Amino acid sequence: MTDFAKRAPGYRDELKRLKEILLANVVMASEIASPTGEEEELVKYLTDRFIEAGLNSISIDEAGNGAAILNGKSDKNILVAAHIDKIWDKADDHTIGVSAASLSGRGVADNSLGVAVLASLPLILEELGIELDANLVLLGTTKSLGKGDLGGMRFFLDNTKLGIDAGLCLEGIDLGRLSYSSLGMIRGKVTVTQESGGEKLWYAGGAGVIGPLNKIIESIMRIDRPDKPHTSILLGSVKAGSGYNVSPTRGTLRFEVRSESEEIVERIYQEMLEIIEETQAQEACKAEMEIVARRYPGAIDFKHPYVKAARDVMDSLEVQPRIAPSTSELSALLDRGIPSLTLGLTTGEHRSSPIESILIDPIFTGVAQIAATLQHIDESIHA
Amino acid sequence: MIDSEATSQVIEKWLDTNTYHHGEFWDLQQLIEAKEKAGLKISLCIPTLNEEKTIGKEIIIFKSELMDRYPLVDEIAVIDSGSKDKTLEIAGSYGADTYLSADILPSQGFKPGKGENLWKAIYQLTGDIICYVDADIKNIHPRFVTGLVAPLIYRPEVHYVKAFYDRPLAFSEGIRPSGGGRVTEILVRPLFSLFFPELTAMVQPLSGEYAVRREVLEEIPFPIGYGVETSHLIDVYQKRGLEAFAQTDLESRVHRNQSTRDLGKMAFGILQSFINRLESLDMVDRMPDMSNVFRQFQAEGQRYEQVLKEIIEEERPPMNTIDEYLKKFSR
Repeated sequence: MTDFAKRAPGYRDELKRLKEILLANVVMASEIASPTGEEEELVKYLTDRFIEAGLNSISIDEAGNGAAILNGKSDKNILVAAHIDKIWDKADDHTIGVSAASLSGRGVADNSLGVAVLASLPLILEELGIELDANLVLLGTTKSLGKGDLGGMRFFLDNTKLGIDAGLCLEGIDLGRLSYSSLGMIRGKVTVTQESGGEKLWYAGGAGVIGPLNKIIESIMRIDRPDKPHTSILLGSVKAGSGYNVSPTRGTLRFEVRSESEEIVERIYQEMLEIIEETQAQEACKAEMEIVARRYPGAIDFKHPYVKAARDVMDSLEVQPRIAPSTSELSALLDRGIPSLTLGLTTGEHRSSPIESILIDPIFTGVAQIAATLQHIDESIHA
Repeated sequence: MIDSEATSQVIEKWLDTNTYHHGEFWDLQQLIEAKEKAGLKISLCIPTLNEEKTIGKEIIIFKSELMDRYPLVDEIAVIDSGSKDKTLEIAGSYGADTYLSADILPSQGFKPGKGENLWKAIYQLTGDIICYVDADIKNIHPRFVTGLVAPLIYRPEVHYVKAFYDRPLAFSEGIRPSGGGRVTEILVRPLFSLFFPELTAMVQPLSGEYAVRREVLEEIPFPIGYGVETSHLIDVYQKRGLEAFAQTDLESRVHRNQSTRDLGKMAFGILQSFINRLESLDMVDRMPDMSNVFRQFQAEGQRYEQVLKEIIEEERPPMNTIDEYLKKFSR
């Protein structure tokens, strides 16, 4: 076990001195609404924190990302990122509940905790007496989720003049998450429309677009999905109609195809296009498919020093690693050949629900893990 | 008859000079420097009774933002009336000093009520300024303290700063009605309009958030129940005049809604305190001095102005005193 890993349990204890500051950042980041594409207020909050921490080059770029640099001593740059956007609308209740052991409410895990740790990172490193040689580029990314398609991170990476040597993405849950590979993915929407059939006799009945939409779903689920390379088709939502007694004329299906193989993602995509065309030809309806997000698989090696460092630190903190590929920010970094990891910060439950919750105590383990892993990465890129 | 025009002028002037918006005090560093220069110590008191759902968040936000990051507040104390839930355990776990009201000044006994906790805080806490904040606020934010203590820090002549909240549920562009909750609008504001017209300048006289200098707190009595805020305003007004007050717009306050039955109890307690004050001020037999002008408020942007309405409740005598009536019905 390395020296940095051995220090991690001590970090965990020291970080408890920042308990209220960390939790206040979680509460405030949670209670600011930040739906994808409307993240301005939370980005302003984050950059205000960067200003208070005395960071350099604080900016909000054209994509709305909030960024700042904690200067090191070398010309190397480590990017630490957390996505700012949440799945919830502005009109939703963003009030957070606080008990002695947990926090609960919309977005508290995904990704207010990540944003809070990003905002607190300069203070965390100062408290632990850690001075990195590399510059630490802190980035709150916008337009990450759903149709946002990692827009903020992609914009930053496409336009920054900084050479990013390593990346670390923060996700609220779950502690133990270790992602160092990204999956190939397409995310899209199938829309089926049908002209209204006019007045029908009351006893004639009818399913409207539900029939063809159902046929499409059945056909998609019959597409071959190999276990190796791991491949899955996820149907996220089906919507059609709005009442009891009117046949719907429009229906939508949202889906995601994930695979470790880009060729398989492409093959499934082509098969889905054929299903759509076939349905359109056989049914009296119009069917179309729109792809809203796409990722390409990428990875660093299991033996890569960053992966080994993260595992070492987890081992020291008695955290069981859960290795899982990612479709989030990490894939944009790996796409560009930047060796990167995604780590989780605490344990939680009811993800993506109004009662999403996180446990407080494991946060200190999660943050100690981040600090020690950053030290490892810092040492590696200067070796 | 009270000089309505003169009262209006006093209120207009006071609204101009002593009504703030919390945004005016955004610069915490400047506020801390002014506090240190003035040599002031600030205590934050949160009176509680079974507030486990909201107390943790309040303590986390205040301790992080106003003690750890910006040292504006010197102590945060929760004074509890005997909660059956985990209020004190949670508050203590996040760094607040916790007290049972019954344990403070035991020689004076214990009376269950919020006013008791506020009163005992004067003895227990050490600040030159005590800022009281209720524990049931869901959208807690540092402004709930900074907005109240800032006028006291910057202006030595101000002694008592009261919060108010703009609560426009819905309004179109321009002017909107402004004011307090139901008990304020249907009980306290009419009473103040009648007996203490200048006090109608307080947009929300019943708000549970206020900051007060110790020398003021130690010279006024404390009703232990619902009447504490109303009687404070009357007592401080009697001793120091309207100029001793300021008020700050803290924007929205989200809290649990009270039932009409609970509001009835509150109104009953307030009315008792109010009548006690009338008696102690020898005003019970001075009814002819009552004003006929009812004062409400409207707001445009962050500017507040009075809306005056003369309401004279004339009366008809019993019908059996009218000659025509007596003749018609051979009485």
